[in-house]
Amino acid sequence: MSLLTVSGSPHVHGDQSLKKIMWGVVLAMIPAMLVSFWYFGLPAIIITLTAVISCLIFEYLIQKYLLKEKTSITDGSAVITGVLLAFNVPSSLPLWQMVIGALVAIGIAKMSYGGLGKNPFNPALVGRVFLLISFPVDMTLWPLPKPIWSLVDAVTGPTSLGILKEGIGKGDTISQLASELPSLQNLFIGGVGGSLGEVSAAAIILGGLYMIFKKIISWHIPVSFIATVAIFTGIMWQVNPEHYINPMFHLLAGGLILGAIFMATDMVTSPMTYKGMILYGIGCGVLTVLIRLWGSYPEGVSFAILIMNAVVPLINKGFKPKRFGEVVK
Amino acid sequence: MKTFKIGGIHPEENKLASSKAIEMLEIPQKVCIPVTQHLGTPSTLVVEKGAFVKVGQLIAKSDAFICANVHSSVSGKVSKIETVTDTSGYKKTSVIIDVEGDEWESSIDRSSVVKKEIILSKEEIVAKIKDMGIVGLGGATFPTHVKLMVPQGKKAEVLIINGVECEPYLTSDHRVMLEKGAEMLVGITILMKGLGVEKAMIGIENNKSDAIQYLQSIASDFKGIEVHALKVKYPQGAEKQLIKALINREVPAGKLPIEVGCVVSNAGTAFAVYEAIQKNKPLFERVVTITGKSVKNPSNFMVRIGTSVNELIEKAGGLPEDTGKIISGGPMMGKALNSLETPVVKGTSGILIMTKKESKRVEIQNCIRCGKCITVCPMGLEPYLLAQVAENTNYEAAEKERIMDCIECGSCHYKCPSGRPLLDYLRIGKNKVGQNIRNRANN
Repeated sequence: MSLLTVSGSPHVHGDQSLKKIMWGVVLAMIPAMLVSFWYFGLPAIIITLTAVISCLIFEYLIQKYLLKEKTSITDGSAVITGVLLAFNVPSSLPLWQMVIGALVAIGIAKMSYGGLGKNPFNPALVGRVFLLISFPVDMTLWPLPKPIWSLVDAVTGPTSLGILKEGIGKGDTISQLASELPSLQNLFIGGVGGSLGEVSAAAIILGGLYMIFKKIISWHIPVSFIATVAIFTGIMWQVNPEHYINPMFHLLAGGLILGAIFMATDMVTSPMTYKGMILYGIGCGVLTVLIRLWGSYPEGVSFAILIMNAVVPLINKGFKPKRFGEVVK
Repeated sequence: MKTFKIGGIHPEENKLASSKAIEMLEIPQKVCIPVTQHLGTPSTLVVEKGAFVKVGQLIAKSDAFICANVHSSVSGKVSKIETVTDTSGYKKTSVIIDVEGDEWESSIDRSSVVKKEIILSKEEIVAKIKDMGIVGLGGATFPTHVKLMVPQGKKAEVLIINGVECEPYLTSDHRVMLEKGAEMLVGITILMKGLGVEKAMIGIENNKSDAIQYLQSIASDFKGIEVHALKVKYPQGAEKQLIKALINREVPAGKLPIEVGCVVSNAGTAFAVYEAIQKNKPLFERVVTITGKSVKNPSNFMVRIGTSVNELIEKAGGLPEDTGKIISGGPMMGKALNSLETPVVKGTSGILIMTKKESKRVEIQNCIRCGKCITVCPMGLEPYLLAQVAENTNYEAAEKERIMDCIECGSCHYKCPSGRPLLDYLRIGKNKVGQNIRNRANN
């Protein structure tokens, strides 16, 4: 008679696993990735591959030789960081800068805290912000998308938010700038200047719906984040439509949709209760608008999310779930 | 459809034996009856080695308040008195009886006629339930007569009958409700009289629609009994969740259901009460499900208390080759057994066999703070945090974060994508915090 296993209950386990979640996120990013390949061509593919492969290599090397622990690059989390990092840079970024970004994201933002699940800040965003501060010129010159495969260097130009910021700064009115700004329809479908992952809101929303359907993320963060931006910029637009552009433009231009769906929802660096998630989403939204309208950067999504990441432990402490049978004092 | 509000999961149901009628299991050649089979003060032995006992004869009793009598389940000679590990995992004094024939106490009515008329008074019912050794058959084995004695200053309004059977695999309550429905309703009427309430509600999950329909069709003959279908969601059979689902009241933390005017009893217990009061039959046999994906004939057996698990397994087609785990109870809250010789006791609702592959736990990985454990916790706790503070032996924080509210349903552990053994840490934490609370009370 063979030995029996004795262990505590429960004796069954649900079908969710870390790997399924992580690779599910990767799958959700594929539509946006394909759109970026379509518009930016070969350089986009090369920069995405560089980011993913460097993230995997750095994670592997650090786990194996520095931490001397079991390597876990197959769990998919480093792939997510790589793809997100690529989503956040222009396709014209020099590859060596991409590699440095990956090292900062994986090495400093993730592994130095102890690896998956222990990092307080979203690694891809830390990598992006590091690149933005270190190489501001390369990071803010965006190749204009050309919807054909092309090996010729693309024409570069500023993003729509950049045009807006500069124009308003010079004292232009919205109507004067209108001809330079892309249409809302183009912003939604794709084909405007920006980083790889920002080109098509539709493709990102598709991925977001897939993640909500698969219960990888809940609706609370994206909805509260985007709604806050819409309401805040809507109020400002009502106040002075010649100085503040309409809220639809704010929703579709820049990295808001990408940030709200793929960055702010990162499980590790976002709150754990629904109430906390909503507060976090509102915080991200308010900070984004503050930076976009009155800050010195045209885009504020990454800074907003990083700042809110820092507040997450506090939110988790302050927003406990409703206890069953709690005695009201 | 009614259900509880916070948390909950829906594991694979796997009710393999739900269509199998209850079969009488042959009386074994030997039984091993633990002297204490309930929650509360241990009972003391009243038979000696070498004595001849009949079926239904008292073999252990106690005069304490929270206590239950134990009766012999067979006729024969007491051959040994020794300590045996029972399904709870603790060693307990047990009576080993070598079976000779099947001679019942003459007072027991063995006819199958359903006796509806209740002649005993409220007090007599309570006393007789205590005499007959009735305990909660859902698994917690709390003495039933204690529940019927409402403490001073409290008032019972409704009796809730738990026919939820939310544990995957288990089907014993389902079969009792289908096959012994009329008897069970008489038993419920008796419990209502004993408790002094006019209303009883039976909660049954919607995956047992045949039982719901059958009971609804016959419940009209009984005054004050309602049958309610509930949405299938684990852990609805936990009494606090069941009360919430049925009457939308929340039992305050650390309090009993009577605080909100309820007493909860199990469907199988109601049947046992019927037999005890109307047929003078002490609790010495019960329905046990023997099941598992690798079991040849998953079945529901009427089993004499003290029969070894092995006998059930043999009857259901023998022990499968690749057995890794044998569980007393369901897969969510059941206890893994370490021996085939373990006897069936009053609280054994099922025996679940799992293959070697099913017995393996998933690999433990880092917590990714996804918050799924919080979402599924039916008590509104933060399992990840409790497990973390328990792991760090910070029991003060564990107490403050209400670790004692945990009902050990295992939903967090089931759901965790990183396969973290949350409930293991929670149990350790609860144990230590419980000790601290008792120490404070004693000082």
